[in-house]
Amino acid sequence: MNIVPAFFEVEGCEMSVSTSQPMIRIENLTKAYGATQALRGVSFEVPRGQVVGFLGPNGAGKSTTMKILAGYVTPTSGTARVDGIDVSEDPVATRRRIGYLPENNPLYEDMMVREFLDFAADVRNVPAGERPAKIKSAVERCGLGPVLGKDIGQLSKGYRQRVGLAQAILHNPDLLILDEPTSGLDPNQIVEIRSLIKELGREKTVIMSTHILSEVQSTCSRVLIISGGKLVADDSPEHLTESEGGVVTVVLAPKNGTPLEAGRVRSLLESLPGVSAVSAIAPDGEGTLGFSLRHGKLDPRRAVFEAAVQNGMILLEMRRQQVSLEETFRKLTAA
Amino acid sequence: MHTALAIARRELKTYFNSPIAYIVIGVFLLVAGWLYFSTLFLAGRASLRGFFGIAPVLFVVFAPALTMRLIAEERKTGTLELLLTMPVRELDVVVGKFLAALGMVAVGLLWTLPYPLTVSTLTAEGTSFDWGPVVGGYLGLLLMASSFLAIGLWCSAMSRNQIVAFIMALLVCFAFYFVDKFAMVLPETLGELLEYLSVDYHFENIARGVIDTRDVVFYLSLTALGLVLTSRSLTAARQ
Repeated sequence: MNIVPAFFEVEGCEMSVSTSQPMIRIENLTKAYGATQALRGVSFEVPRGQVVGFLGPNGAGKSTTMKILAGYVTPTSGTARVDGIDVSEDPVATRRRIGYLPENNPLYEDMMVREFLDFAADVRNVPAGERPAKIKSAVERCGLGPVLGKDIGQLSKGYRQRVGLAQAILHNPDLLILDEPTSGLDPNQIVEIRSLIKELGREKTVIMSTHILSEVQSTCSRVLIISGGKLVADDSPEHLTESEGGVVTVVLAPKNGTPLEAGRVRSLLESLPGVSAVSAIAPDGEGTLGFSLRHGKLDPRRAVFEAAVQNGMILLEMRRQQVSLEETFRKLTAA
Repeated sequence: MHTALAIARRELKTYFNSPIAYIVIGVFLLVAGWLYFSTLFLAGRASLRGFFGIAPVLFVVFAPALTMRLIAEERKTGTLELLLTMPVRELDVVVGKFLAALGMVAVGLLWTLPYPLTVSTLTAEGTSFDWGPVVGGYLGLLLMASSFLAIGLWCSAMSRNQIVAFIMALLVCFAFYFVDKFAMVLPETLGELLEYLSVDYHFENIARGVIDTRDVVFYLSLTALGLVLTSRSLTAARQ
């Protein structure tokens, strides 16, 4: 009588532990390929259901991190956990929870799409009864219907990519690791794959690497930037660009006919809080002055307006441009 | 085991989807058939001795031809990453590929069954055909093939170039075939050791129709060693 409830307690306890675990927990991961140090102590966590963009220049360690997570490469030191399980300790268990699209999407060229998906389901031990339904749903989601009977070697790049994605989502994994899922595709295909990833991100944890920064802004809720084997940024795409500040362009005109002194206006603008640099731009009319103000975190637009009013100037134009993710990226990853 | 079988099925399909299977089996049958039948009627004996005498040499060439692609190509095209990031153990992959290659050998040997069937009708009146050496011979060929295939698989795991894998396997298999051919001119203890290492020596024992555990154990341990080494090479491929 006593044994049964105790057994259930243990079961229940284990389950609650596994669901509260973050999907990915990477601690102090390093990896050396011979003399080259690919990763120098990377740590981060990804909670369930997040879509994370992984950015970095070529050779920064993105693929290595993903390969370690997927259980292909073994780390030199540090731990990588998927759903609380160490990938080095029980690789088969962690790989079961993962759908992985490797870089360059290697596929068995000599197999038909249908055969290949069948094989993937077979190796992943999807029970024979559920197999047709699971394959069908993956085929529908990835739009592979028209090419099921074709050899993979004959497919266009877009279809190949979809086969790789179908293979990765076939077994309904909790975690998708996508290494450059849109590389080499044409703009239409990129949009299609991106919306597919977005849709998958509604129910799964996704970690994807890319070179296209706008892709991160449109698809991901969090950005990890890695450079030289180290994590250099970890934030939402909006925050990342915000904290880097931006540029305010102002055009000023005199209020009552007295011409403006460029030097005086310039030093006035320079003294405003938040402004870090001022440069003159071509005026857009008789007697007007144009400036471009670079600013940091603090937005100087209110101060500019008040200064113009107090000093008897008319503000003809003012607009702010945020620093693009590209600029942030270049700044963070510059060697 | 389920995973190994899934991989074996895929590999068998690949063999038969490409011309390799047909070429390897076709050339094997052609060479074996010609070498065997060109001497059968000269020998004037209704036995398969001649066939079993040349089969080991042919296997030295054909087993590496069957295995050279199995891992080297996956490494070259990158599909090894796809395969090894599925929930599989290295040994499952190795055993699956090995079983597929062994299946191919079995299919090839199936086509030689007409030899004993026709030869058995050639016995002199009043005597009966001796099936013992035939059964032993086929069993021996399968055992020998599995050790050669395991060696070939290991070579395929060590290179990403199929030709290199083929030549390496050919040399190792040939060494295991050839090692006892000078045994008679060597001191006795050394000669015995070399005989024990010879794949051909054990085969001759079995092909006589005497199935000795020592011979079976030799082949099985050589096969197991090859498969374990292959599995280790795959682990090393993960870097």
